[in-house]
Amino acid sequence: MDSIGVLMACPMNAYLEQELEKRFRLFRFWQVPQKPQFLKEHAASIRAVVGSSVAGADAELIEALPRLEIVSSFSVGLDKIDLGKCREKGIRVTNTPDVLTEDVADLAIGLCLAVLRRICASDKYVRSGKWKKGDFRLTTKFTGKTVGIIGLGRIGTAIAKRAEAFNCPISYNSRTEKPDCKYKYYPSVVELASNCHILIVACPLTPETRHIINREVIDALGPKGVLINIGRGPHVDEPELVSALVEGRLGGAGLDVYEHEPEVPEELFGLENVVLLPHVGSGTVETRNAMADLVLGNLEAHFTNKPLLTPVV
Amino acid sequence: MTSHPQNDGAPPPLDRRPPPPVLLLRHPTQFSVLDRPLPDTFRFLKPWKSPLPLGDFLSSADARAAEAILTSGMTPVTAEMLRRLPGVRLVVTTSAGLEHIDVAECRRRGIAVANAGDAYSEDVADLAVGLLIDVLRKVSASDRYGRRGSWSGEGEFALGSKLGGKRVGIVGLGRTGLKVAKRLEAFGCAVSYNSRKAKPYVSYPFHSNVCELATNCDALVICCGLNEETHHMITREVLLALGKEGVVVNIGRGSIIDEKEMVQLLVQGELGGAGLDVFENEPNVPEELLALDNVVLSPHRAVFTPESLSDLCDLVIRNLEAFFSNKPLLSPVLDE
Repeated sequence: MDSIGVLMACPMNAYLEQELEKRFRLFRFWQVPQKPQFLKEHAASIRAVVGSSVAGADAELIEALPRLEIVSSFSVGLDKIDLGKCREKGIRVTNTPDVLTEDVADLAIGLCLAVLRRICASDKYVRSGKWKKGDFRLTTKFTGKTVGIIGLGRIGTAIAKRAEAFNCPISYNSRTEKPDCKYKYYPSVVELASNCHILIVACPLTPETRHIINREVIDALGPKGVLINIGRGPHVDEPELVSALVEGRLGGAGLDVYEHEPEVPEELFGLENVVLLPHVGSGTVETRNAMADLVLGNLEAHFTNKPLLTPVV
Repeated sequence: MTSHPQNDGAPPPLDRRPPPPVLLLRHPTQFSVLDRPLPDTFRFLKPWKSPLPLGDFLSSADARAAEAILTSGMTPVTAEMLRRLPGVRLVVTTSAGLEHIDVAECRRRGIAVANAGDAYSEDVADLAVGLLIDVLRKVSASDRYGRRGSWSGEGEFALGSKLGGKRVGIVGLGRTGLKVAKRLEAFGCAVSYNSRKAKPYVSYPFHSNVCELATNCDALVICCGLNEETHHMITREVLLALGKEGVVVNIGRGSIIDEKEMVQLLVQGELGGAGLDVFENEPNVPEELLALDNVVLSPHRAVFTPESLSDLCDLVIRNLEAFFSNKPLLSPVLDE
């Protein structure tokens, strides 16, 4: 299989890179000095693209790779892949569901605790020597707070299960109400935001969910409300979020994703009611290895004519 | 004090007698932080308002009339103090911990003791879980990294370690320990514990000594109280048994861990990480820890939310009212 060309869209994982190098003819797109030139030269040998949450396969790239058969994403999110184009051309698409569900859900709750209990801010307080001069302020209890989840899929459900262990009443919004669901459904995100203390974004990014967190939702969440985003940056109207936080119209935020990663709005750096993580939702050794194995497994299956492990298209 | 025929010499109920005198060793911060007044159903004796030093104050007629003592975790209730206040039948502390009270002497004298009961246990358990997640998933460290603008540069931040499947040992399966266990189960952790005795109605595996617990766990969460047996119970040996990737979280008391040994092991890379709300010599934190990215440091604030403090204030008042109405205490400290 080492003659099969695989184009890796961006750096994502050293182990995955090594394994792809061993098994295929690997092209690292980010190291290419002139992309059009490169594509002219090598497009004919590229039969697979490996993408991530950072870069995938848009219409332009797909058009430039006439022999592309499969796009295997090192992520569960598919927003960087033109799924319509793939369907049109019969290109298979796989992602990495399930293996990262728990890590992302764990981090969502970790962010709730970090924001409400000011864990990061008080760690900074101790490190700066301020504790010797006085006690840290009161923080807010997490147990029992109402949690609203946008998107009750695998990740949303896992978040709900964890929050329940803290006696948090759970409510949600999703495209359709789930039958036999014990959590309270709200037909709109604004209503959900008006009725919860902590709002967590856990849905996929699609044209419909872009900026699902807008000014109206932020206002509904209010000066005591907290937003947790472990979805995608474009879920949130970031300038609105920033001004709400800076002006105190929103109580706090725990963010793992941003509209223009890796840029994080600097205005947020000085706020202690905000926790800013560099997109580490699935960032554990165990899970990244499992994700890499899924990418490799899907590619192997495809090129040996076996059923794909986690196909989307 | 007038007696009432149907009470057989027991004191009359609260509403039919002058407010019982309660010796207040220190104004409880829980009330002052929330701007809550102390109830006027009791007559609080405030030694700091007297020109007399405490020792002399305790000999005064005023003090000797005290029927109860309200203390915090900072001011000791000693055998000597109890000897000098023969009217005291109840000690209420605003803390969960009891290491500042001579409980044995209270028992000998038939004095009831009430503490913070369950008022704090949820907040403390929440912080324990928050600290564990932070250490394993490098939450505070990544937040620092992001705020330096480092993310805009090259590296992928160092990967954390998955919570699910971790074997977590709870040291002290009391009110707080049980709540920590319940929360961690939801994250897919395998919980086991060490306590003075195995708990009969609990399904978590019990280990009779803390070293054995550590050998079989990836992380320890210290939830027990501080007393003679638990002082420096977490030794170098116990921490080494936890392993190079091992994590310790302490929301009990600093001196339960041999802090010097723990710091050395962290610096040498023999212990994976630590989440600490308590230290041996607060507010001093060992300098070496301030330079480490694999520790999360919290300034002993596990109980400081308005919710917990308010619950505690309610509990203190209700305990006093119950006692003086001959009703059972809400959070009695019982013999185990």
